Amino acid sequence: MDMFGCIQLLLFLLILLLLTKPMGLYLLQVLTPGGKNILSPILGPLERIFYRFCGVDEKEQDWKGYASSMLLFSLVGTLITYLILRAQHLLPLNPQKFAAATPDLAFNTAVSFATNTNWQSYVGETTLSYFSQMVGLAWHNFMSAAVGIAIAAALVRGIARASARTLGNFWVDLIRTTLYLLLPMCVVYALFLVSQGMIQNFSAYTAAIGLEGGSQTIAQGPMASQVAIKMLGTNGGGFMNANAAHPFENPNALSNFVQMLSIFLIPSGLTYYLGRMVKNQKHGWSVWAAMAILFLAGTLVCWWAEAHPNHLLSTLGVDPAGGNMEGKEVRFGIFNSALFATVTTDASCGAVNAMHDSFTPLGGLVPLFNIQLGELIFGGVGAGLYAMIVYVVLSVFIAGLMVGRTPEYLGKKIEAFDVKVAVLYALVGAFSILGFSAWAAATKWGTAALNNAGPHGFSELLYAFSSGTGNNGSAFAGIGANNPWYNTTLGFAMLIGRFLMIIPVLALAGNLAKKKIAAASAGSFPVSGITFTMLIIGVIIIVGGLTFLPALVMGPVVEHFLMLSGKLF
Amino acid sequence: MKRQENSLFDRKILLTALLQAVLKLNPVHLVKNPVIFVTEIAAAITTAQLFALRANHESLGFVLQISLWLWFTVLFANFAEAIAEGRGKAQANTLRNARTKTNATRVDKDGMISSVSAEDLRKDDIIMVTANEIIPADGEIIEGAATVNESAITGESAPVIREAGGDRSAVTGGTTVLSDWIKIKVTAGPGESFLDRMIGLVEGATRQKTPNEIALSILLSGMTIIFLAVIMAMRPFGTYGGVFFSVTSLVSLLVCLIPTTIGGLLSAIGIAGMDRLLQKNVLAMSGRAIEAAGDVDVLLLDKTGTITLGNRQAVELLPAPGVTSLELADAAQLASLADETPEGRSIVVLAKQFGIRARQIHEMPSARFVPFTAQTRMSGLDTDGRSIRKGASDSVLKFAKEACPPLVLEAVERISRAGGTPLLVADERRVLGTVYLKDIVKGGLPDRFLRFRAMGIRTIMITGDNPLTAAAIAKEAGVDGFLAQATPEDKLALIRKEQAKGHLVAMTGDGTNDAPALAQADVGVAMNSGTQAAKEAGNLVDLDSNPTKLIEIVEIGKQLLMTRGVLTTFSIANDVAKYFAIIPAMLLGAYPQIAPLNLMGLGSPHSAILSAVIFNALVIIALIPLALKGVSFRPMAAGAILRRNLLIYGLGGVISPFLGIKIIDFCLNLAGWV
Repeated sequence: MDMFGCIQLLLFLLILLLLTKPMGLYLLQVLTPGGKNILSPILGPLERIFYRFCGVDEKEQDWKGYASSMLLFSLVGTLITYLILRAQHLLPLNPQKFAAATPDLAFNTAVSFATNTNWQSYVGETTLSYFSQMVGLAWHNFMSAAVGIAIAAALVRGIARASARTLGNFWVDLIRTTLYLLLPMCVVYALFLVSQGMIQNFSAYTAAIGLEGGSQTIAQGPMASQVAIKMLGTNGGGFMNANAAHPFENPNALSNFVQMLSIFLIPSGLTYYLGRMVKNQKHGWSVWAAMAILFLAGTLVCWWAEAHPNHLLSTLGVDPAGGNMEGKEVRFGIFNSALFATVTTDASCGAVNAMHDSFTPLGGLVPLFNIQLGELIFGGVGAGLYAMIVYVVLSVFIAGLMVGRTPEYLGKKIEAFDVKVAVLYALVGAFSILGFSAWAAATKWGTAALNNAGPHGFSELLYAFSSGTGNNGSAFAGIGANNPWYNTTLGFAMLIGRFLMIIPVLALAGNLAKKKIAAASAGSFPVSGITFTMLIIGVIIIVGGLTFLPALVMGPVVEHFLMLSGKLF
Repeated sequence: MKRQENSLFDRKILLTALLQAVLKLNPVHLVKNPVIFVTEIAAAITTAQLFALRANHESLGFVLQISLWLWFTVLFANFAEAIAEGRGKAQANTLRNARTKTNATRVDKDGMISSVSAEDLRKDDIIMVTANEIIPADGEIIEGAATVNESAITGESAPVIREAGGDRSAVTGGTTVLSDWIKIKVTAGPGESFLDRMIGLVEGATRQKTPNEIALSILLSGMTIIFLAVIMAMRPFGTYGGVFFSVTSLVSLLVCLIPTTIGGLLSAIGIAGMDRLLQKNVLAMSGRAIEAAGDVDVLLLDKTGTITLGNRQAVELLPAPGVTSLELADAAQLASLADETPEGRSIVVLAKQFGIRARQIHEMPSARFVPFTAQTRMSGLDTDGRSIRKGASDSVLKFAKEACPPLVLEAVERISRAGGTPLLVADERRVLGTVYLKDIVKGGLPDRFLRFRAMGIRTIMITGDNPLTAAAIAKEAGVDGFLAQATPEDKLALIRKEQAKGHLVAMTGDGTNDAPALAQADVGVAMNSGTQAAKEAGNLVDLDSNPTKLIEIVEIGKQLLMTRGVLTTFSIANDVAKYFAIIPAMLLGAYPQIAPLNLMGLGSPHSAILSAVIFNALVIIALIPLALKGVSFRPMAAGAILRRNLLIYGLGGVISPFLGIKIIDFCLNLAGWV
């Protein structure tokens, strides 16, 4: 743990902090139906054309209408991607003449991208055509991100509105988010990435002779445009199998820094949006602070763990860079790998620039735990905010009584129905992760795919279903997941983790919107300040995180102690 | 406080509660409390494990102790509920004694009089009650007036007057007529009278879960389901790792993780809250009303009787020019000697401060008392050729023939402006000076309002006075606002206005014309002395008819909610230590390397699991007093309360089980039980 790491960490957090307000203000303009923003003069007519062309009725929807539109949209999108992958060999832009994807892989991949997970059972450069990547997958990179932001906006509106029935219009939110937020930012972002050396072409793969005289194939493709939305939309699906460790996909230190920053940009801005909408900016900042503290804690633990080399190696005199360099890109080193791993799992991004499977047991525990907490440390675009708000509602309910009033969140009474859906949200996540992991752990199909034995193998399996349910998409690798069993179970884990959790969120939004807002006074539950921030961190860890403690102990923790006693896996 | 306060652990209540705790093991009863129901199933499962010791490689002693402690956990939770109910029942028995069998004299429609049993009375029957008879049913006086002893209900032995018409017409069954006779229209049939309802509420028989309790139960059940999933996943995880988890240890972990503490104490907290209210002689018509009382942030307080003592008092003597204070005091006292009104008495007392002893009117044989009449608006004394008068300024000015000094008129003016009442004292023709009568704000109220303000509760004074007087008293009492020259309609409008702004409003009232406002308010406290209409409209009834009680009701409501909150937080925070006690214990056999995870240095895997289970059971017993008495309540801003409670019960809840489990483990190993 060196000084440069510290400086970079502080710089990262500082720049994120500075970008939060402008991002939040822009989000406010974009997410306010009919709101004007700097791009309105240029893109405004286009927005109208979209509405007319798609036949969008701009009337506001109640939570059920909003949820139905979202489900319908996602279902159709998933089906189209499934068909594209299955018919890839018949479609254009396939210079490498890749064959059609198998049904289970097509199902897994279509679901994976539609749910903003981007779990990749396939190897991009040897399986998917450019058409599949650009139409089948990139479409979802934009749309699943926009859906997440729309759901978060609907929830925030539910909190901010009083005695209201509606939450906004799903189609309007979707179109405005894509048109004003994601597309323009990605154009600029992609150009920046190209300027840093990222490729963007439709060329066939290049054959080359390496330095050692061996022949190799260098993959090509329209990469920068994909990578921009992959990061900004917290999708994380790599164009290449090596993801952000590949020199094309992450050319230098600056591109690495900006990519990490871009993962957190929109989620961080959304906390400001929350504060603005509920007219309590301190609340927005307190939520931001809770996220930042959890982020810092995770980064420091992961960095610390990775900075200490495996003592079995160092006693042999192998001590590459004063830390665990196995599976890390030399260009990025220990700190930037640990930071990237923390950021990508705090958010539901899942892009990686190092092999999480090769982290030390405790270093690997951090990304796993981050995902299991519910990816609410900044989190996925939109998904992070709504996950956090669900925990805020639970925190307020548990601790709210302690001030001598029935629980109240920003003037809204938290009652039986709200608790029911919030608990359901937590329940779905825990059941999916624990249930699928238990199934896989006790069956042949589950364990046969593991490349490692013992607790490390268990971590791989646990990570896969956590990542799937959490819609993260990163892998502990070391697991041969491209088989019908894993493709199918992970596909369902992703569907459950996305839609069965969004529905309770929208139900919560709808129910909160209906309530009256009680006047604030000195007797109201304070939803800002240090006490509140500590409270939500405590509830997230005790109620959310400890659920997974037995599983974590049997995986990375046991592995850590076995390593100390000289046993590796 | 007249009602006897039961000591926390009365012997008789304790014994009954012990029996009840066993009877409550009936699963049909327990299923209403999911957390404890799951604990009972867990206890049954571990008991069954006693027959599979060989297969599980477990010792009899370990499984037996775990099963016993799991049963104890259920029993302790039942005991907590039973003891709270027992305390209520003890109160109810006192009430039931009041409901002696009586006969009633019924006046039939044709004027015929018949004697019937009280149980045969129906709504709208007309009955006649004469002196020394017990009123057989709740009703409304339609004819006559009587003094009634209501001590059976209120505990107050001083008789009260009840009469037809107006706001004093309601009578309660079980009370006794002391003098005269009354004709009553029965308003409640047998079994639905006020007394019956009171007994039902106190006993907890008719207790319904409040909205907040329902929501909390959902949270606790949800957490229980999540932990069930955690436990159920452990077996397959173990299969993968080649670790065997016995059913006993899995079930122990489950019971330790599910929120048994709050699950076991939840209903006791609610019942105890009702009980605490009753100790203050306030009857809540539903548990919901107490919760609403905690939420209230605007209090409408009637000036007279709530903010000020019912009567004005003389506080200052302002002599006219050329008159000494002593002279004025002497005259004022003489004029008030026979005046038995509180105002008159207060003048006598004030005069004493000038060294004039109180004389008795019979010591002055020549004195003739001139009483106050609506016409003269003066009272006084004629003695030894002197005629002294005191009274309203215009009347006294007319009475005194000499011109009044302008300084006196100024004083009168000043007192009126300050919200007081000026009384002029005159001796024959000469005005001697002014007596300043003042509304006396009850002691300690301004402080109390200040603390309420810190908690975000606004107080609004309601008065029939003119705005000038109202403003002066409001300022002195330290209320946040006032409604002057208030009519019942104004009151209702004010409540609606505050509610529209998102406030929750509490008020007291007793008259029939208060009924709409009482019904509209979120918390309406009806005075027991008030009309039937008022009592039906309110959701709380104050048996002492003391409007200041509203403040205490709000405090009890807040205390109840706080108690529920701190115990929930404590219960959930406890989980951290229990994980660290049990998880290493379960894995230590397969992976001896994880010994450092045994943070508490517990003796052995079995003692670790057993200690956690014992701690989990004992903590319920340890917290029963807190659940029954409620957390100590100090009015502070929400932020300060939250910080304090989070430190004590949140952080304390994380740390204390580490200590507790360690101590139990130490004792277990010392005793050699594991």
